[in-house]
Amino acid sequence: MSKIEDYRAIVGDDEVDELFILAERLKGKSVYNINSTAVGGGVAEILSRMIPLLRDLDVDAHWDVIKGDERFFEITKKMHNALHGQDVDISKNDLDYFQEINQRNSETLDLSGDIMFIHDPQPIGLVKLRENKQNKWIWRCHIDISDPQKRTMDFLREYINRYDAAVLSAPIFARSDLTIRQTLISPSIDPLSEKNKELPQETIDSMADNYALDRERPIVTQVSRFDRLKDPQGVIEVYKKVKAHIDCQLVLAGGGATDDPEGHRILDQIRSIAESDQDIHVIYLPPSSDIEINALQRASTVIIQKSLREGFGLTVAEALWKAKPVIATAVGGIPLQITHKHSGMLTYSISGTAHYLKELLSEPEYALKLGANGKAHIKNNFLITRHIKDYLSLFISLYYKDDIVYL
Amino acid sequence: MTDGFHFHTQYHLVELLGLKAKNPEELLSGINAVPASSIYYHTHRFLQQHHYLSPEPPNDFAFWLMEILHLESLGEEFLSVDTISFCNLEDLRTAFKNILEDYISKHGENSECPPGFEFHFLACKTLVLPLPYIAHNLSEFAEMIRKVSIHSLYFHMFEARMRLGVLDNDFSQWFRGIGEGKLADEVSKLDPYNITLENLRRKITRMVEDRVQN
Repeated sequence: MSKIEDYRAIVGDDEVDELFILAERLKGKSVYNINSTAVGGGVAEILSRMIPLLRDLDVDAHWDVIKGDERFFEITKKMHNALHGQDVDISKNDLDYFQEINQRNSETLDLSGDIMFIHDPQPIGLVKLRENKQNKWIWRCHIDISDPQKRTMDFLREYINRYDAAVLSAPIFARSDLTIRQTLISPSIDPLSEKNKELPQETIDSMADNYALDRERPIVTQVSRFDRLKDPQGVIEVYKKVKAHIDCQLVLAGGGATDDPEGHRILDQIRSIAESDQDIHVIYLPPSSDIEINALQRASTVIIQKSLREGFGLTVAEALWKAKPVIATAVGGIPLQITHKHSGMLTYSISGTAHYLKELLSEPEYALKLGANGKAHIKNNFLITRHIKDYLSLFISLYYKDDIVYL
Repeated sequence: MTDGFHFHTQYHLVELLGLKAKNPEELLSGINAVPASSIYYHTHRFLQQHHYLSPEPPNDFAFWLMEILHLESLGEEFLSVDTISFCNLEDLRTAFKNILEDYISKHGENSECPPGFEFHFLACKTLVLPLPYIAHNLSEFAEMIRKVSIHSLYFHMFEARMRLGVLDNDFSQWFRGIGEGKLADEVSKLDPYNITLENLRRKITRMVEDRVQN
């Protein structure tokens, strides 16, 4: 596990020193994180990296997990889908059971932290017990709530408004129907993780050889699970338009299809399209293929992220961190990561994507400049150190009302 | 200030206002309604987030008008508002309001963005913290300005104008206080909006070192 001192070599002494200065202002305050799972999933991954780093900074940070049975998690999965806009049926019995499990957890969990940091909808009901407490409560929403099912949002809003603040990941997720303060804190990537750390050239080369990629010709890559919303077919259309002019290869790499019938169907479709063109490489990656993803991104000439809908789209940050020129659709959190023509290309269509891909493959110097700018942008705004700084600032800000606070 | 120059740093915590615009009329309503920290955020965000780029990308309003609504001439008017010449956010807000009111009176309602591409108004809460660096003379100043983060540089060069309400920066104010008027004028003349923050650091360091050596 990385230590906070390890990040000095990446972000500089000044940045790490300032984290310590900021953290000192939290002396005497405890921060209790609560989510629904200790392993698996993005939230657990973030917390497992974040908590040790906060402790390195001498922040009294804790992490606990609520307990629920299969029925509870089926209900919360439906809630998750409903928040994403799906019209799911959540009965009154389901909602009662959701409340009951939250109530049971609130009797066993330690909720005495000065700052209670509650992640996602599963443990949201713990806030109900706060009436008698003087501590601060924050709800951290890691999912897209821009267009939720009304019934579910109405139910959850009753809880959300009992918090002191809600934290969302992108401007588009902001809501006009909340009475509490809403803060924007984007997710981040860890430059020292397997997926993002520097790799020896031999590792990149051997991985490219394993996947039969020709390093002499441009490699265009999209790393995403095989999902309709990631538009892999659209990426193939883009490739075909460009291939007519420039001899390049396409890599579609990702996982997530085995337990998802729709994903499986899409993977089969993509594979059947790819059969007729040996320069289209469809690579199914099992979980924990972080080094493979890292190497494929580093071996690529241009990275595409042609999602039709996206939460935050951290694969864009991962590619930019490797100084790759990226063309991505302007959805979800992607416009925060790419400023069009400065740190990458934002696109809205297949034709636009093909146009920019031709441009970047034909103008390698411009592509290089975009990649360098993109890396600088990620270094300044989307690394875990910035994420920690935002959290520390948020915790401190709970104790002040003014827009400008002199500490 | 003559007791020494105390370096500070600052952090912006971004707040979501839950207010959005899909056309120039709604942009005008929003600009009228939001707190001053929102005007500040949308005109200065790029400077801090893209401080490695020069010239810097346009302010958020101009970017949205040009890239999303494709109102290039209106966007250029927003782009041409000389942020550096304002030391009061209400004056800056009025400048944007005037441009929009003029545009709407001439063109009426003619542009709307597709769903999902609205302009989202944000604001920021700023935390200011002292750093453990206090310069008592120019030599110490030159040594310390190399060590502080770009957030500190940003605070003393950009935020100072809005805070002090004058077209100047903290460094120049201190230089004047210790009788270094010429150096203060040289630093004041730098246009921080058109160079990267690291370049700005290098230039100021060189100016101070030259003064120390001469």
